[in-house]
Amino acid sequence: MKKYDAIIIGAGHNGLTNATYLAKAGLNTLVIEKNDYIGGAAVTRELHEGWFYSNCSYVCSMMRQSIHRDLNLTKHGLILVPYLGTVTFGDSGDTISVYHSEGPYYNELRARSPHDADAMFRLQADLNRYAQLIRKTLMRTPPDPTSFKPRDVKELIFLAKEFGALGEQEIYEYIRFFTMSAAEFLDDYFEDDLIKAAMASPGIIGTALGVYSPGSAYILLHHVMGDVDGSIGAWGLARGGMGAISHAIAGALQEHGGEIRTNSPVQKIIVKNKKAVGVVLESGEEVNASIIVSNLDAKRTFTKIMEKDDLPDGIYDKAKNFKIRGSSGKVNIALSALPKFNNLPENKYINRGGQNFSGSLKTMEKAYDCWKRGTWSDDPFIESVIPSAWDPTVAPPGKHWMSNFIQYCPAELADGPWTPEKRDQFGQTVVDKIERYSPGFKDLIVHMEVRTPHEIEKEIGLTEGNIFQGELTIDQLLFNRPFPGYSQYRMPVKNMYMCGSSTHPGGGVSSACGANSAREILMDLRKPNTVPEDDCYDE
Amino acid sequence: MNNQSKFSDEQPKLSPFHERQAELNIRDAWSVWNGYKFADYYYEAEYEYFCIRNTCGTYDISPMQKYLIEGKNAESMLNRMVTRDISNLKINRVTYVLWCTNEGRVIDDGTIFKLDAEKFMLTCGSPNLAWLKKASYGFDNVKIEDLTDNLAALSLQGPTSYSVLSKMGLSDIDKLKPFDFMTTDLDGVELIVSRTGFTGDLGYELWIEASAGINLWDKLYAAGENYGIQPYGEAATNMARLEAGFIMPYMEFNEALKTVNFQHDQTPFELNLGWLVDFKKPIFNGKEALIQDKKNKPKYTLTKLDIEGNKPAEASYIYSEKECKNEIGYVTSAMWSPAVKANIAMAMIKTEYLDDELWVEIYYEKELRQYDKVVRCQVKDKPFWMPERAKLTPPEKY
Repeated sequence: MKKYDAIIIGAGHNGLTNATYLAKAGLNTLVIEKNDYIGGAAVTRELHEGWFYSNCSYVCSMMRQSIHRDLNLTKHGLILVPYLGTVTFGDSGDTISVYHSEGPYYNELRARSPHDADAMFRLQADLNRYAQLIRKTLMRTPPDPTSFKPRDVKELIFLAKEFGALGEQEIYEYIRFFTMSAAEFLDDYFEDDLIKAAMASPGIIGTALGVYSPGSAYILLHHVMGDVDGSIGAWGLARGGMGAISHAIAGALQEHGGEIRTNSPVQKIIVKNKKAVGVVLESGEEVNASIIVSNLDAKRTFTKIMEKDDLPDGIYDKAKNFKIRGSSGKVNIALSALPKFNNLPENKYINRGGQNFSGSLKTMEKAYDCWKRGTWSDDPFIESVIPSAWDPTVAPPGKHWMSNFIQYCPAELADGPWTPEKRDQFGQTVVDKIERYSPGFKDLIVHMEVRTPHEIEKEIGLTEGNIFQGELTIDQLLFNRPFPGYSQYRMPVKNMYMCGSSTHPGGGVSSACGANSAREILMDLRKPNTVPEDDCYDE
Repeated sequence: MNNQSKFSDEQPKLSPFHERQAELNIRDAWSVWNGYKFADYYYEAEYEYFCIRNTCGTYDISPMQKYLIEGKNAESMLNRMVTRDISNLKINRVTYVLWCTNEGRVIDDGTIFKLDAEKFMLTCGSPNLAWLKKASYGFDNVKIEDLTDNLAALSLQGPTSYSVLSKMGLSDIDKLKPFDFMTTDLDGVELIVSRTGFTGDLGYELWIEASAGINLWDKLYAAGENYGIQPYGEAATNMARLEAGFIMPYMEFNEALKTVNFQHDQTPFELNLGWLVDFKKPIFNGKEALIQDKKNKPKYTLTKLDIEGNKPAEASYIYSEKECKNEIGYVTSAMWSPAVKANIAMAMIKTEYLDDELWVEIYYEKELRQYDKVVRCQVKDKPFWMPERAKLTPPEKY
């Protein structure tokens, strides 16, 4: 039977990236995927004829440009198109538009609050300063702060130097920032509640934290630190949907001789003499390899496809307690026409960006309260994008599809498990809310897919449907990700590694986790590194 | 159409599409081309660039110079003028050409449309009427007419361009191959559609008499509504053409007739356009000088560069070593390519150094401070952007 050099479990974008860099180094590489399609949470799926949903992740700003360039993903069909502004809808129906150009944006803010229009400049400078530092760590393996290995010491010095360069006052601010809530952080800048609500929403997306929960300020930063072609904070759409990213990476993988097997759920990682030696598929088939890389989240990896007895003491418990709470839902809607929204000018540019149904800080916090009680709010936060307004390949001409991301949606309901009826009720809540801001919206609906954490976990395998493969709180970031002592992609069983978003630098379609992990694997194998350095705009 | 103000004599002329374009020029970003008011961009250069690569956009090429050359000797006259052999150009075909001084220096580049056996249209970026007249001396029965002000021209470029023209109801558009053109009619007015462009992508150019320009625009934009149609200006054009590897006057070449300093203009070989020079042709303007230029190898060669890092190498010098002692060339155009995700440039490099290591010194600014870095670059033979879809006939339909 064929033995591979490396098996990667899970054909999500990080798994494919990891495999590509291993294959590029000459390793005989196999990616094993449970579904009959690749991409994990970066997929394009035709769920209604003619409509192609990016039914999990839907926009992209963290994709490492250096990887895109190095693997020539454009040749393999990937084009990332930045989309323009975003409109935030307030409780009262008021809107605030984030125009792409500084002049119109300033005027828009000034119309609500001259004070806040000025403060926006300071906020952007501060966020950029914080983001610069984090961005520099994305394609670096976090140092182990307890280690005296030259490499760890060198990396620690690098971090200390970058940190020190902020200046004394900013160091204090930065430390404070990491433990703050998004709302309190924004209180220092703004007085207008709708502006605060507009700016705070990235602080709750994907996380089981509220706008007033400590730690949500970092989530906000995590969402705005990305860029498209150096335009910091911009978001892009993958032409052809998010699946275009996965397919482009798979194209690069196959070019380097890597293989992909779909429809092959892994049942167990085989461990012999404390070494990972292969996997057993649910079909019973065994596939052997010298290296096993899990792209599954940490909880699923250690509690579902490994035996507790194969793990050193403590790991199972750490994995069981890994913070990976389901808090988001997704409603994908096929529309017969572009929806029209209240209180917006007939400006085709701003009407084709994103829509944030934020309401107010209070409304967002109320939605969080519902989540804590094991239910969903009847006034949830919704982040919407209409990719078809930009991308001619994802819906028939003149027709549209709208991606709606909902915060919050519990993984488990207080009144018992999710049922198809409850799922549809949840979807109805979302549609009802949009209808309030876009009268006639319901009449445009051609098809709708509603996904709660239950569906996301069942189909993609993300525990509780957590989009980051684990909360992005400071106890689970950098050298704490996924667990303290295991942040360098090597896992407690020899020859076993992780490469998913449970590892540094965490969630987002960045390919950084997969690439960083490949670099560590190649180092252990004493193979030349194939992973490029990051292409940083901040130098 | 003309300006009505009391300064109208001094104001730029307005293109046949101006009324519609002015409405869409949200940023009021105008410049001037050949005396016409002309958009630098409408909304945002990068957005418009992405329309070319993702959906489609229109670019007003009315200010381009358009000449009708007619008569029994029209072909002989043009064939004597340009470096390429056009004697085998078929009717309803377009070809890209250069013309040179007697010294073999490039005057301009342009396209020739063969409308009929004795009827051609030549288009180019700068006025060339005086040179055309000069070139026609000695050829009897050649009539040259400047069509520029009477012919509206609009370039429609991008992957959905074919779908837009189909939706407009232009029949047989599916049969048009690259560099083909066809004559059809739009509400009783003759419309020429050529499968040509300056973006390296799928695209067409539409030619119609000036008075019918607005009707063409309206029909096109009605058909294009669901295909992401958007006007784009000079800034987006410049990005797309650089990715496609096309040269631009006053970037890659200095028009010979306007050049003051000795050999500060270029030969076709220097511009890496030797394939446009047909020495099998018995005679053409500049032939002797070009034979020598090819034999002696041109002093410089225009090259496409893939540069490390992401800082555009604008106005940079090229060196043969990292220490930047031996200067061997200069960058003519540079940009970060959003589609390809590469730091691309075109540069004039001394031919003898082409196979050596190439280093570029890049200057950039960060919050008022100047920085510089020296990085490696690689010569690329093929255009940075050359998608399959640009060549497919019939093209992909959306």
